[in-house]
Amino acid sequence: MNKQISLLYPKASCVIRRISTPRARCDSELQPRAKSDPQQLVGVVGLEVHAQINSNTKLFSGSSVRFSAPPNSLVSPFDASLPGTLPVLNKRCVEAAVMTALALNCTINKKSLFDRKHYFYADLPAGYQITQQRRPIAVDGTLTYSILGGKKRSQVIRRTSTIKQIQLEQDSGKSLHDDLRSQTLIDLNRAGVGLMELVMEPDMSCGEEAAAAVRELQLILQALGTCQANMSEGQLRVDANVSVHKPGEPLGVRTEVKNINSVRFLSRAIDYEIQRHIQVLQRGGTVQNETRAFDSKSGETIPMRDKEGLQDYRFMPEPNLPPLIVYEDNASLPTGIDACQAVVVQEIRAGLPELPSIKRDRLVQTYGILPEHSFTLVNEDGLVEYFEAVLKATTKEPRKVIGWVTNELVDVHPVCVLVSPASPWFLFPQVFQEMWRSPGKTASQIIQEQDLGLVSDATQLHSICQKVVDSHPVEVHAIRNGNKKVLNKLMGLVQKETKGRADPVLVRAILQEKTS
Amino acid sequence: MLGLTIREVSAALREGRISPTELCRKCLNRIKRTRHLNAYIAVTEELALKQAGEAEARLLRGAPKGPLDGIPFAVKDNFCTENIKTTCASRMLKDYTPPYTATVVQKLLNQGAILMGKTNMDEFAMGAGSTDGAFGPVRNPWSYAAPYRERTGAAPDSDWVVTGGSSGGSAAAVASLTSYLALGSDTGGSTRNPGALCGVVALKPTYGLLSRHGLIPLVNSMDVPGIMTRSVSDAAIVLGILQGQDTRDSTTTAAPSSLTELPEHFDVKNICVGIPQEYHAPGLSEETLAQWSRVADMFERAGARVKRVSLPHTQHSIVCYHVLCHAEVASNMARFDGLEYGHRSEEDSSTEAMYASSRHEGFNDVVRGRILSGNYFLLKQNSEHYFVKAQRVRRLIAEDFKRAFGSGVDVLLTPTTLADAARYSDFTQEDNRTRSAQEDVFTQPVNMAGLPAVSVPTALSSRGLPIGLQLIGPALQDKKLLGVAQWIEQRVGFPSITGAIKHMQDGSFDSFIIRHCPCEIEMRPVLCFMTC
Repeated sequence: MNKQISLLYPKASCVIRRISTPRARCDSELQPRAKSDPQQLVGVVGLEVHAQINSNTKLFSGSSVRFSAPPNSLVSPFDASLPGTLPVLNKRCVEAAVMTALALNCTINKKSLFDRKHYFYADLPAGYQITQQRRPIAVDGTLTYSILGGKKRSQVIRRTSTIKQIQLEQDSGKSLHDDLRSQTLIDLNRAGVGLMELVMEPDMSCGEEAAAAVRELQLILQALGTCQANMSEGQLRVDANVSVHKPGEPLGVRTEVKNINSVRFLSRAIDYEIQRHIQVLQRGGTVQNETRAFDSKSGETIPMRDKEGLQDYRFMPEPNLPPLIVYEDNASLPTGIDACQAVVVQEIRAGLPELPSIKRDRLVQTYGILPEHSFTLVNEDGLVEYFEAVLKATTKEPRKVIGWVTNELVDVHPVCVLVSPASPWFLFPQVFQEMWRSPGKTASQIIQEQDLGLVSDATQLHSICQKVVDSHPVEVHAIRNGNKKVLNKLMGLVQKETKGRADPVLVRAILQEKTS
Repeated sequence: MLGLTIREVSAALREGRISPTELCRKCLNRIKRTRHLNAYIAVTEELALKQAGEAEARLLRGAPKGPLDGIPFAVKDNFCTENIKTTCASRMLKDYTPPYTATVVQKLLNQGAILMGKTNMDEFAMGAGSTDGAFGPVRNPWSYAAPYRERTGAAPDSDWVVTGGSSGGSAAAVASLTSYLALGSDTGGSTRNPGALCGVVALKPTYGLLSRHGLIPLVNSMDVPGIMTRSVSDAAIVLGILQGQDTRDSTTTAAPSSLTELPEHFDVKNICVGIPQEYHAPGLSEETLAQWSRVADMFERAGARVKRVSLPHTQHSIVCYHVLCHAEVASNMARFDGLEYGHRSEEDSSTEAMYASSRHEGFNDVVRGRILSGNYFLLKQNSEHYFVKAQRVRRLIAEDFKRAFGSGVDVLLTPTTLADAARYSDFTQEDNRTRSAQEDVFTQPVNMAGLPAVSVPTALSSRGLPIGLQLIGPALQDKKLLGVAQWIEQRVGFPSITGAIKHMQDGSFDSFIIRHCPCEIEMRPVLCFMTC
């Protein structure tokens, strides 16, 4: 088995398990919290998550948002803070924040405000960041996630963390320090991209919980299409506030751990930091309130070069942006307001897709599979659709299919093959049946033998695609609003029409054109 | 020709009495002959002649773009102009060329108006004299005109008076007849103050009626592009063109009416003019007070209701204005770090050191002082005491006005400045902060409340210098306000400089005429003028 792929696409329930670390397992989850030794120091973890909004353009300017574009190629006068430029709020970003907030059970503030947070840094061209300090767009939400517990760590335990607030704010640019030539290079492509900052209450106790929470958050954001949530590309950035205390006593001095670029590292960084705090205190020392960076090579956290110190951000209302008003429903729109200028909560609520937790419950109920299997299916992009397609094409028991899918298929055929848009993953139900019958054969042999070739006639595909687009206005609307994942659904429908033989690359291109 | 109003010169252009190119050349020559005023930081001669040629072709075809086609105008150097340096009269932006044009400038260009150049100002519009810019002070054109010279016996090169500020260059450009209109900016009085001291009409529109996109900000929540012209009806024409919502400025509002023409005869019988008692401020000159009473009497005699009103929080306004102004300045100026644009110091030992010396070298002490105090007001421990408190008082001031207008008052009549223009040598005896506090005392409450106000010149003082009065109206009532202003203008008989602003080297005095030969003057202007 390819090792690297196993990290990205682990088998079966290890999706949940893999993010735990053997060194510092969560105490609270091995034994109920109430029974824990009151003299024992325990960790307290709160997260601050910055989620880059999946939008075509930046939060306050018309520049495109794209990862890995040539440096400084996506910079408008506003992004470079040229004097005299003014922010103009991107409606899509507001809708994404409202949708995310609804999915996380937040209260939406019908009126929210923008503020300036000041600090000098080379990749912050205005000298301040526009954020929402006084009144964020949403407050008081929850994030429910699951970890594995019990004696054999096979029991799914649900946990809920409180989301204090979600605020809209600008991303900064990127600094590249060239120590050799003692210069700093600045790339402003990212400057001004919309972020949702999710501030979570310090109600977690270990790395495993934090990692599971963030993984669930990733799935939710991806299902919503509001953030691509790829940590290694920086679309999701998680800072952890860590402290330790004896249960019942006030929280200890906290440190903030940054520079964490995967869910696994998040877990490790937090557990390392908790242990470090405990060791410092047990040696009779005191924990410094500081910002530390996680070094993934050594697995340690180290104090950051003092970028912040004790900063006074000199918050001030952003005078160029009037209060942001969102409306509950169309009935509450004031007269004279242009409907396409308004953000209506009810419309966004109506467009919420099936969330991962609901999807898992549905899978468990509909197919009678084990809860941990539902985690595996939902964790892998496209796997649920595949699983359901297989069930339609076979008379086999779902519980047998799930075993095969999770244990054999995911291992033998790395999922990246399944989800790669260039590969005919849709053919797998047929291939799968054949494999089931004749275990010795490879998938490609079967494809060759059975002549399961592609339909690539553009005219034919165009008309099929048009039919699907015409009959699914809601989905098309969602795609146009930036939820690109809905395109997969339309693709599935086209494949249904062609009995799974349409050239997916062509179909995708046609659908993209028709829904753009 | 140069002394005409927009309306008059526009007619002359259409009738072919003068061509846009001829007119443009006349203005360019005039700019050269009045260079000693230091009104312009940059003269865009080549571009102006090119634009004039294009306007000429349109007029010859009989297809002018509008009333401003072929009309020369000037722009304060804090409005961004694509490919034309925009300096804010600061070393920081000495070589800065913006890649885009401010909305209000673009609207004038779209009308075929001809950009003559960028006008001088106080650095980043921080000042009330146009004496604190990196390119030297602006001289008031009236310093070189006959009344002042005759009455004071002033030596022209040492006793010249200031223009007021911060839009002094724009006021001087209109007053010295080098442009028919000029854009200023008004944050606490920066358009009305020099308008009054230079004897031109100066309109500060309702906040949000004109786009600020491309106006390099002083205080975002108070800045408005200002309009300076030689007549009220000209101001109305320009306002009609500039007003309206701009998608690039989220604080703009749609114009209440597509204002173009003012009624020739405004009936004041049905209006109520409020006289705010708090504007009898210490330091108000007798002559300005006399003008104030004179115009109030004019209204009364014409049948308007004139009543005293109280704006009780006025005395606290200037202090709060300064707190809010400095706080926003501290924030707005943070972007000038020498990285993306602007002055960058040679110092390169560290990024922080580079910031510090770039900003030290790039800003004058007025700007640095405001940044320092503004940051102090915004510190976590101080914000509630200073910034938040000043915001609360700001609301009280806005409510004062609201109450006055709610009590049946249509317009408020006040002085624009305490007195006529000060000599440069006297003005610079006091520091910028003191001067700003004195000069903006009647003008900044309007900015705190976002209301429209216009300064109309009413007479020359005993020193031969202009005095202006201010009219303040309720939000978005700019048109009505200008109607009242025109009524005053038609009756006060304020003189216009024509022909010869004295050339530095020649000894002849300027001649004056009364432009609006008034038919129903209740009182002669304070001084008589040379031949009509």
